Amino acid sequence: MKRLFVKGNEAVAMAAIEAGCRYYFGYPITPQSDIPEYLSRELPHLNGEFIQAESEIASINMLLGASATGVRAMTSSSSPGISLKQEGISYMAGSELPGVIVNISRSGPGLGGIDASQSDYFQAVKGGGHGGYHIVVLAPSSVQEMYDLTMLAFDLADIYRMPAMVLADSVVGQMKEPLVPNKRPVADLPAKNWVVRGKGDGEQRVVKSLFLGDGELEAHNWKLHRKYQELKARECRWEAFQVDDADLLVAAFGSTARIAKTAITMAREEGLKVGLLRPITLFPFPEKAFLDATARTKKVLVIELNTGQMVEDVRLSVARDAEVGFYGRPPGAGSLPTPEELLEQIKRTIEV
Amino acid sequence: MQQVFKRPISLKDVQTHFCPGCHHGTIHRLVAEAMDEFGVQGRTIGVASVGCSVFLYGYFDIDVVEAPHGRAAAVATGVKRARPDSFVFTYQGDGDLAAIGTAEIIHAANRGEDITVVFVNNTTYGMTGGQMAPTTLVGQKTSTSPYGRNQHKDGAPIRMAELLAQLEGVAFSARVAVNSPRNIIDAKRQFKKAFRYQVEGKGFSFIEALSACPTNWGMNALAANERVGTEMADYFRLGVFKNTDNL
Ligand SMILES: Cc1ncc(C[n+]2csc(CCOP(=O)(O)OP(=O)(O)O)c2C)c(N)n1
Ligand code: SF4
Repeated sequence: MKRLFVKGNEAVAMAAIEAGCRYYFGYPITPQSDIPEYLSRELPHLNGEFIQAESEIASINMLLGASATGVRAMTSSSSPGISLKQEGISYMAGSELPGVIVNISRSGPGLGGIDASQSDYFQAVKGGGHGGYHIVVLAPSSVQEMYDLTMLAFDLADIYRMPAMVLADSVVGQMKEPLVPNKRPVADLPAKNWVVRGKGDGEQRVVKSLFLGDGELEAHNWKLHRKYQELKARECRWEAFQVDDADLLVAAFGSTARIAKTAITMAREEGLKVGLLRPITLFPFPEKAFLDATARTKKVLVIELNTGQMVEDVRLSVARDAEVGFYGRPPGAGSLPTPEELLEQIKRTIEV
Repeated sequence: MQQVFKRPISLKDVQTHFCPGCHHGTIHRLVAEAMDEFGVQGRTIGVASVGCSVFLYGYFDIDVVEAPHGRAAAVATGVKRARPDSFVFTYQGDGDLAAIGTAEIIHAANRGEDITVVFVNNTTYGMTGGQMAPTTLVGQKTSTSPYGRNQHKDGAPIRMAELLAQLEGVAFSARVAVNSPRNIIDAKRQFKKAFRYQVEGKGFSFIEALSACPTNWGMNALAANERVGTEMADYFRLGVFKNTDNL
């Protein structure tokens, strides 16, 4: 198969097209604008629709409307814009609508900066809007994964009838790497017998999140909850790198996992037994993978580009007698850790 | 015997939850009659908003998507772009459309989305208990303007039909009232025109209906009906503000 040399953001856009997405709604924001730029060029030739909306609020609601008709549709943004989308994401979760949201996140809070950041972890995996829901969250750490996981996001969204987010940052979004543009995988997709289409002579269909009848909303929320349990049971994905004989397990996702991997390779060269457990699905979080790995390896170092978010999920997942340490820096210009810096942290953790 | 009056087929045979004297019911009927007129019920996707009309799907026998508060025009944009063969309308109150949803309505109109927007102006937030709306008249007392709307602090009521008529993307914009048989007959004509624009693929159509909210105006049904034709129609002039194809 051919190999391309592309940016992570372009890989997302290419994957969306390969996944059959023909509808994109967005609003400009750095560092993700390559995605709308690419799709504004390509979608018109594919009988698709590209709308540069008046805001992120409008674009998520356009996604809601398009998804309600059964088509594959996508929006992308970066942190401040993702905040604006939370209302719509909550409505989509409540209305059981699929749809893909890409967050090439930046640093905050507020306007913050445009540097790489992992400070939107909580917002993404704990349900960033109101009402207590979850969405699928996938965390690519290479250009190839930007491509493959975007396609997976469309499938998981359709299978579970819920929004799916690809969460990355400018490191993964802006870097160029070789990409094998795989064909869309064959997935066992359920029929969309719930979409609005104009009822014709058939039954009325309604896409809604309002449930006022006695017990109705409770039942609806239990249904959503069961879906999240099912996701946890079936869809957890992670990468385990040299964990089998490890005395120390490093946990990191996305861009930080790339740097951590280099540091681990350096540590191995010095004879230190260090491995990496990299969650690929942030929701569902690979709890069992952590439990299993810490049956043997009792020291864990979580590394994030924030002051500690995923570490909470790691602590909840590991074996009871495992020790979980943390190293991270708040995002901002110049705060991206170097492999040497992480190696230093690895050594310190092993020594104590 | 000849049947001279019947329920439109686009309306379900159910009682509405609207208060006595509320005009939402009459406006629902006009929307249903227009759907019947063009035979579009089977390919219609309605977009409900948040307000007293949120139960749209309970009364219209059509497919419906429920939009977040104020976002109906954006939701309708997504629906129509994905299913250009469907007939798409939104049904929105004045809090929904003219306050929280101002950006969405202006830009959907400006893009000339091929949808129809039904705007129900009752000068108040009905569902939440009668707070001040962007359409509340100067001096009008509401639960959050207990001393009357003060133009210097709250601004003057927004005339949406006129405002939107200025946008290039808008093909049709009109304001009607349903407070008298005469006005209902005229309103029916304007609803038909608004729908015809979309049926013929001629662009964005907007129809504003003045509506009584006796409950939150603290009036009986008759007095509320009367107010629509006097105070309200004095400020919100009935008429057609844009009709690009002279339908
Ligand atoms: C984001 C958000 N803010 C506020 C509300 C509360 N709310 C529900 S309906 C409504 C306004 C209803 O007024 P209007 O749109 O004029 O419709 P009416 O009920 O008068 O028909 C408000 C503010 C909400 N549901 N969502
Ligand atoms: S509160 Fe007002 S708008 Fe709502 S149903 Fe009652 S009369 Fe109608």
